[in-house]
Amino acid sequence: MKPKGRRVGGLIALIGFTVLALTGCDSPEYWPVLSPQGPVARSEYYLIIYSFVLMLLVVLAVFILFFWVIIKYRARPDNADYVPPEIEGNAKLETLWTVIPILVVIALAIPTVAVTYRLVYPPKVEAATAKVVGKSITIDVISEQWKWVFKYPAQNIETVNYVNIPAGVPVNFQLTSSGPMNTFWVPALGGMEFTMPHMDLRLWLEADHPGSYLGRGGQYNGRGFAHMTFTVNALSPTDFENWVKSAQQTAPKLTKQAEAQINQPGLIGKLTFSSTTPQ
Amino acid sequence: MHGVVNWAVHFFMLDEGPLIWLSDFLIICASLGIVGVLTKFRLWKWLWDEWLTTVDHKKIGIMYMIAAILMLFRGGTDGLLMRAQLAWPNMHFLSADHYDQIFTTHGTIMILFMAMPAIIGFFNVAVPLQIGCRDVAFPYLNAISFWLFFFAAMLFNLSFVVGGSPDGGWTSYPPYVENQFDPGPGENYYLVALSISGIGTIATGINFLVTILRMRAPGMTFMRMPMFTWSVFVTSVIILFAFPVLTVALGLLLIDRDFGSHFFTVDGGGAPMQYVNLFWFWGHPEVYIVILPIFGLMSEVISTFSHKRIFGYSAMVVSMVAIAILSFVTWVHHFFTMGAGPGVNSFFGVSTMAIAIPTGVKVFNWIFTMHKGRLEFKSAMLWSLGVIPNFLIGGLTGVMLAVPPADYQYHNSYFLIAHFHYTLIGGTVFGVFSGLYYWWPKMFGVLLNEKLGRWHFWTFMIGFNICFFPQFFLGFMGMTRRMYTYPAGYGWGVVNLISTIGAFLMGVGFIIFVYNVLWSARYGERDTTGDPWDGRTLEWATTSPAPHYNFAIIPTVKGRDAWWLMKQSGEPINGPKDVPFRPIHMPNNSGRPFIMSVFFFLMGAGFVFQWWILAIIGFVGVLICMAQRSFEYDDSHYIPVEEIEKTEAAAGRL
Repeated sequence: MKPKGRRVGGLIALIGFTVLALTGCDSPEYWPVLSPQGPVARSEYYLIIYSFVLMLLVVLAVFILFFWVIIKYRARPDNADYVPPEIEGNAKLETLWTVIPILVVIALAIPTVAVTYRLVYPPKVEAATAKVVGKSITIDVISEQWKWVFKYPAQNIETVNYVNIPAGVPVNFQLTSSGPMNTFWVPALGGMEFTMPHMDLRLWLEADHPGSYLGRGGQYNGRGFAHMTFTVNALSPTDFENWVKSAQQTAPKLTKQAEAQINQPGLIGKLTFSSTTPQ
Repeated sequence: MHGVVNWAVHFFMLDEGPLIWLSDFLIICASLGIVGVLTKFRLWKWLWDEWLTTVDHKKIGIMYMIAAILMLFRGGTDGLLMRAQLAWPNMHFLSADHYDQIFTTHGTIMILFMAMPAIIGFFNVAVPLQIGCRDVAFPYLNAISFWLFFFAAMLFNLSFVVGGSPDGGWTSYPPYVENQFDPGPGENYYLVALSISGIGTIATGINFLVTILRMRAPGMTFMRMPMFTWSVFVTSVIILFAFPVLTVALGLLLIDRDFGSHFFTVDGGGAPMQYVNLFWFWGHPEVYIVILPIFGLMSEVISTFSHKRIFGYSAMVVSMVAIAILSFVTWVHHFFTMGAGPGVNSFFGVSTMAIAIPTGVKVFNWIFTMHKGRLEFKSAMLWSLGVIPNFLIGGLTGVMLAVPPADYQYHNSYFLIAHFHYTLIGGTVFGVFSGLYYWWPKMFGVLLNEKLGRWHFWTFMIGFNICFFPQFFLGFMGMTRRMYTYPAGYGWGVVNLISTIGAFLMGVGFIIFVYNVLWSARYGERDTTGDPWDGRTLEWATTSPAPHYNFAIIPTVKGRDAWWLMKQSGEPINGPKDVPFRPIHMPNNSGRPFIMSVFFFLMGAGFVFQWWILAIIGFVGVLICMAQRSFEYDDSHYIPVEEIEKTEAAAGRL
């Protein structure tokens, strides 16, 4: 019985990657988490890579030791009379493999805590953009069954299932829910945060450049959950200003009927309104 | 009349399509088959006398294992249905509603009705034998634990064809699972079934805690206990602290749904997040409840098949206790994304990473147990060795998940799904198979076939990696859990297809295992020695299967690996020749645990459908059973010396 299975596993992984590459799965938009498009996603990405490398070192060390031992000390016909010695333990070795994991955990914990605290605050603003749009923008997010509602309190605009943001400006998403919980996730821009009824949670996100990014809910909330996606359009600051103006002038006002339709469980397309409270 | 027919069609879900019809057909066939076989071979009395009324820990252990394997089949079928649905974009194999029910039952069954009974089955099979006693401390309570679990599992499984399964996920977060969004009996099934089996689990925790504290053979000090017994001791303590919290959380949610209170609702001052806290305050220790006994049995298996004692016994014990303590201070890592603030998230992130330290100690001690040994790769050993690299991947991705900012990206994504399947399959399921191959001869007196065992291991292990390794990548590609379908164009299709192929390969592995069981029952090598692996602990000192009373004379323990020491010094298990047998005091069988659990089942059904008369009938039945037990004075008997002599002579031990 030779433990060749792990080598077979490696081969399978290699074939898997080749298949991925051949099918075009290697282009960056397929990997939003690994191709961050904003400062928040980037700092999370660095931690993912850093922790992955640390853990990979541990995996390699243990795998090498493990396979060396099970190959070297396997029972063979020629060692049938070998009587293994009874060994109680080894204080030095055991201390060693207690201390090394402690060091690894410390090495991981320090940047973890630092970034955890930093993400509470808005990312850096680009000075040029800030002049046009302001230092940050606040958007209220409400998850419904099964759609995403975005309210711009300062601009008095409401959108459904898409949100336009200025690139290069920190966006303060205020998250809540009108029913079951969900999570608000734009993987290319940053990690998720819960939306909960009667609760406001804040999530800072920022896009580096103009572009469209896919967002979705991450917490199951019923039949239509899988379809609960939205688009984040990062626009250049001037484009964003133009969109705000045109939405304010051309989009319809939010009516009671429209609001009722949004509140009702079901799927709905992308909508724009030039007010946030129904009349 | 028409109204009644309509109600019945809806109640028995005949309007739900072929999946339900097929299930109905299979359930009816299986039930008729069982009844037919029992009647044809006149086995009803045997079934009642030998199994349904038994209080023998060995038989209860076997029943737990059978139930666990059946539930593994059910949960695995759920898993394959899901993998079939996700194999390619835009599949219409399952509807959203069916998919939602199936992922809920898959998770719930696998954790609570597969992993738990398998673990508790091993408690029963091995612990009393390992510590050299004749049964658990409370054999009657042990039977109650089993039958409560069994009927709760039956109630839960019934939901698939009667009234609809729960569809709120195995975590069942409110407010989605409140009546406002999720009406109908489905969610009640979840709450009631888990509550009933939870009572049984708490009783098991008490039972084994007391058994290990009070019933060890003379000379077996705490630091001479086998590692598996140690792990059961630690696990029992975790059960006692964790499970009552689940009972409270489920109870409050059931009151919300059945009686209109507002503990976790959107309106009326409810606090849904409080449920999430309570749930994970149980839920995190729960994953250690299903992994620590595996660590214990791996220590036994690795030591046995290396023909060496365990390396660093004290460190193994200390690390288990450390894991148990840490398991209660990490629950918030399941919801870093609920805005608890950087201080709280940092604390729980670091406390979670800290669990890697004692776990790492265990991995290195296993490796050094094998170092300088002579390793025999029997099936039991293969499965235990399989745990080390696979669980390592699960554990270390767990450390990656413990980094809160990174977790914001992993949360609820397929990265998480891959991670916990690597710990729960790569750890618990592999470990359960290891234990089955290891203790099968002790349970049934028959060895499982080694060649089929190797096929089972390699098929299942490779299938498992093909199934779950790609899911780490799906997480990075932005796929979240509990999506019943996804559109083309995200690049998820091929990866999901690979994963599905792996899942079916695991199914093949399971079939090989079932074939192995059937083949071995008929043709398998009989274990006449009682000690087929050259074992080290006391369960191998007695016959396979052990006699009803386990040991004719309770052995005196002189050190760790008690049976190994006895073999080294040539000491017989029944002591020196001149020690006479004495009558052995044993508990009587009782049908009451079974009957009481039937009443629990009726009461549960009453709570599910809000049929209060049924609930009251069930409740009164339970009370009557308990009252009767209080006045039962003749609950034990003595096995006479002649019978012991006869049994021991047959085993060649006189």
